[in-house]
Amino acid sequence: MDLLEIRNLHAEVGGNEILKGIDLTVHPGEVHSIMGPNGSGKSTLAQVLARRESYQVTAGEILFDGKDLLSMKPEEAACEGMFMAFQYPIEIPGIGNAHFLRSALNAMRKYRGLDELDAIDFLPLFREKLKLLDMDERFMNRSLNEGFSGGEKKRNEILQMAILEPKLAILDETDSGLDIDALRIVAQGVNAMRSPNRAMIVVTHYQRLLNYIIPDFVHVLVDGRIVRSGGAELALELEEKGYGWIETEARQTAPASA
Amino acid sequence: MGSSINTIRDLTEQDYKWGFVTAIEDERIPRGLNEEIIRLISAKKREPEFMLEWRLRAYRYWASLEKAQAEPKWANVHYSPIDYQNIIYYSAPKQKPGLKSLDELDPEIRRTYEKLGIPLAEQQRLAGVAVDAVFDSVSVATTFKDKLAELGIIFCSFSEAVEKYPELVKKYLGTVVPHTDNFFAALNAAVFSDGSFAYIPKGVRCPMELSTYFRINAAETGQFERTLIVADEGSYVSYLEGCTAPIRDENQLHAAVVELVALDNAQIKYSTVQNWYPGDKQGRGGIYNFVTKRGKCAGVNSKISWTQVETGSAITWKYPGCILQGDNSVGEFYSVALTNNYQQADTGTKMIHMGKNTRSTIVSKGISAGHGQNSYRGMVKILKGAVGARNYTQCDSLLIGDQCGAHTFPYIEVKNASAHMEHEASTSKIGEDQLFYLQQRGLKLEDAVSMIVNGFCKQVFRELPMEFAVEAQKLLGVSLEGSVG
Repeated sequence: MDLLEIRNLHAEVGGNEILKGIDLTVHPGEVHSIMGPNGSGKSTLAQVLARRESYQVTAGEILFDGKDLLSMKPEEAACEGMFMAFQYPIEIPGIGNAHFLRSALNAMRKYRGLDELDAIDFLPLFREKLKLLDMDERFMNRSLNEGFSGGEKKRNEILQMAILEPKLAILDETDSGLDIDALRIVAQGVNAMRSPNRAMIVVTHYQRLLNYIIPDFVHVLVDGRIVRSGGAELALELEEKGYGWIETEARQTAPASA
Repeated sequence: MGSSINTIRDLTEQDYKWGFVTAIEDERIPRGLNEEIIRLISAKKREPEFMLEWRLRAYRYWASLEKAQAEPKWANVHYSPIDYQNIIYYSAPKQKPGLKSLDELDPEIRRTYEKLGIPLAEQQRLAGVAVDAVFDSVSVATTFKDKLAELGIIFCSFSEAVEKYPELVKKYLGTVVPHTDNFFAALNAAVFSDGSFAYIPKGVRCPMELSTYFRINAAETGQFERTLIVADEGSYVSYLEGCTAPIRDENQLHAAVVELVALDNAQIKYSTVQNWYPGDKQGRGGIYNFVTKRGKCAGVNSKISWTQVETGSAITWKYPGCILQGDNSVGEFYSVALTNNYQQADTGTKMIHMGKNTRSTIVSKGISAGHGQNSYRGMVKILKGAVGARNYTQCDSLLIGDQCGAHTFPYIEVKNASAHMEHEASTSKIGEDQLFYLQQRGLKLEDAVSMIVNGFCKQVFRELPMEFAVEAQKLLGVSLEGSVG
């Protein structure tokens, strides 16, 4: 079965239509990359999938693992296995990272009818994932993202993904603000998470992340539409030629009414 | 964010679950206040002459203030004038005089305390908390008295202290909060009907938390209790205080006084979880919590630490402070004050540095939700002789929704140039982005709000004794009822 099926998705933010008819199908085990120039709607697509309320869907439908995603609250989507690594992870002062992650994991376990994990059961899992991402144990008790460097925040996102083990992970510009070493570590963590049961959508402006996370499919988003899809080689072509040519091409073929 | 606001409101709306009334017979005196009433209260309590004299002095002072309309008006709170002649100043559950054991306590009152989850029975020794419970105006039971007596610790109702230890009471009563301190302190001194008394002898470390539980039950009464704690040289005590009241449409006045005295090298830790009935969602009813609390670090190296979690009351007016008289003495104030719906709080502290190298720390966390108004008011005073004094103040406000308010009124007065003063303040709002982040990780909206608020209060909660901290966190969740507007 398809893990994610997006049909004719239209969405707006503050009255401006950003997504103008997206169709996309994702199967388990696949890694899709969404690329495109600034303002093309990449992040909007990610936010809509994560069910952010301020992004309003005006038409279309989304099936996530066979269920109607658009009728879910953000936490329901999350508990169904939808994860988004944020472009700008949020700081929550006073809440320890480990405590937060255990609360999140337990919320999901509860939703799925599983027993909650106590701190003692949780610790080995946490340690194992820290190791996977080459992260220090200090991350356990530091307040959630508070005072973290940009790279630490992004790694913390991947750590969360590793612990929550989603069915679909959306990485929203995870490469932004990362130096090359941090990028490699983050990509390593993501690659370690690739599995036949899990799909990923990697949203990025630049091709460089895709040197480390090799996608199965690349889609180019221009002005709220997917104007071209291909394999990993499409990313390289974009790197070489920029977005200009594809934007021009898209304008020529777009319906005049848009 | 519109619909998430509504969801927060729906999900967190919970009623005040301590609002029940206990059906017991009570004994009251006529309503109103005059010298006859004072004499009547004193007579009912069979007090010695010195207490009556003290009350009358306080009453006359209060009456002069009332005549001059000198009820304090400077606080950032608003309420209709209080008719002091329309209050019943004494109400006591009818009971057989001279309770010999807890078994004789009126079963209805016992059930009330059981509902509130207070371990009154001796067999709950494991709870490790000795409780003095004040129901309306009088103290009804003190647990663990014998156990504490072995160590020379006195922990009893104020009335009993007046009867059995008049010398101690005489020596310390009114020495930290004199009746002339303020309008409500004068009123309390005149009419206070009971309260708790604790004395920790030299060098004794009190092995359990001492606790007082206050409950207003009767309608149209005020509650005026008085607590006095004396920690003799080198002693230590941790004291907890909790309070609840039934749901009633009218406002009820609670004007308490707490005095703490720490002698050389003594330490007192005083924790409060205040959950008086806050009024309904439209702001009807609720307790006026006008309280004067102060500690005196009388001896060298002494320390007094106040921790308060204020979630209840229609209006809170309260400034637990420390007089740092002894050299090297330390004063601390950790506070969480939450106002929701139409609650108002004007709370903070006073740190008066007199001795050399005295230090004080103030951490205040104000949370405003609904139409709540929350003011921090703090005074730090460094007197001339206080060489090398230090103060650190941090006051943070968290706003939930856009109908509430947070205000800060810090007063700093420094008369000695060697002082070090630090003041930090911040105001923040729970953001839609924070909530969404937590929801995206699977947390329900109300859990997300509660997690953010608890994180905000962490610095204060960690000062509370363990059990109290858990209680306080839960209470905060419940009190966020109807938050975000």
